[in-house]
Amino acid sequence: MIVIVGAGPAGMAAARRARECGAEVTVVDDNPAPGGQIWRGEGRWLADGVRFVPSARVVSGDTAAKTLLLETERGAGELPYDRLILATGSRELFLPFPGWTLPGIFGVGGLQALAKSGLAVRRKRILVAGSGPLLLAGASYFRSKGAEVVLIAEQADAFSVARFGAQLLRHPAKVLRAAQLQVSLLGVPTKHGCWVEAAEGTDRVECIHLRQGSRAFTEPVDYAAIAWGLVPNTELATLLGCDSLAGAGGVDVSTVEGEIAGLIAAGREDLARELYPRRDKAIRFAKAIDETFALRPDLRHLPKPETIVCRCEDVTLERLQFCNSFRAAKLHTRCGMGPCQARICGAATRFLFGWQDDSIRPPALPARIGTLIGS
Amino acid sequence: MLILIDGKPFDGPEDTTVAVALLMAGQTMFRRSISGEPRAPLCGMGICFECRVTIDGCAHVRSCQIPVREGMEIRTG
Repeated sequence: MIVIVGAGPAGMAAARRARECGAEVTVVDDNPAPGGQIWRGEGRWLADGVRFVPSARVVSGDTAAKTLLLETERGAGELPYDRLILATGSRELFLPFPGWTLPGIFGVGGLQALAKSGLAVRRKRILVAGSGPLLLAGASYFRSKGAEVVLIAEQADAFSVARFGAQLLRHPAKVLRAAQLQVSLLGVPTKHGCWVEAAEGTDRVECIHLRQGSRAFTEPVDYAAIAWGLVPNTELATLLGCDSLAGAGGVDVSTVEGEIAGLIAAGREDLARELYPRRDKAIRFAKAIDETFALRPDLRHLPKPETIVCRCEDVTLERLQFCNSFRAAKLHTRCGMGPCQARICGAATRFLFGWQDDSIRPPALPARIGTLIGS
Repeated sequence: MLILIDGKPFDGPEDTTVAVALLMAGQTMFRRSISGEPRAPLCGMGICFECRVTIDGCAHVRSCQIPVREGMEIRTG
């Protein structure tokens, strides 16, 4: 039995390839349906004959006994495996700035996930900001649902983005996609080298203060969609002792790496090897994206002393400035020890201070006592 | 689809998540942080735990990951 954690592009590709080789495959996902974030709500389904366990969180695992501990809304249980593929995808990178905890401020993929699940954004004034190609994809989606995208603020400068555009010519499918996005965004103001400095509002976000070079300005909004890139979800892999992790690379890298993992798990390394050139090309493209949208150091100065950095435990920047490691911050301030288990502030403090959060312990996610006792 | 939000009935959309139903009902605050700030969904995908609410008596449930069901009782705050 091959067990795959994650039913996004990578998990779906792994399941399909392993199934084609005749393996028995079970896919587990935290969401009610397969598709991951990118294909959320599109009704995509797993390959025929693949067993799907929806709405299940992997709380921990035992690589010696070859079992995973799962928790669902109603119960818990152990899932045995012979081969295990972790295709846990990515989350968005969120960086602290004054006001970033206000209701109405989402991630870009975050607001898109909610909109895909049925949130009406028609006539809402939405600011899309941060960095990376998801800004354009998100803005295009919101606009297609009737939102007024007031501004796309990309922190990378126009020169980097133009240079990236020139590189696109080597990837014809990407040129087409980029052209479609540009057409869908005609008339939407876009600024490069522009970033969010603060958000304001009483009970929810009402306006966003931005900067572009020496010019500061304010945009009134209903919602803000702000994210600074992607962070791979490596917690479970680290917990289970993996030391070489694939990382976040977008849908093309995910798909081909998923296929490779599925083939290897099914014992067909020979077929997997044929995919290496495709994988290498996808990774080169992902690296070009990373270089283009590298975050500017100015963003490290966005949070003020009183700005909350750890949203679970409400730990402010000034309390963290006395710590010299993530471990020290955990011990002295409880930073990273709340329900999200540092999934948000861990990546933020890595950017702000260069800290590494290397102490992942079970449970990987908050779990009910009954789940842990039962195991 | 009728659900109860803090005791008040709301006729919300079907085939969606609790988080979306709450936002459609005009709910701005989902929970209060430990220092008392109002909080609402951030990541939309089950990572950040900012959208957690009490559903049918079960506390700390991530509303963005739970499909809405007829008669659900949701408590925020």
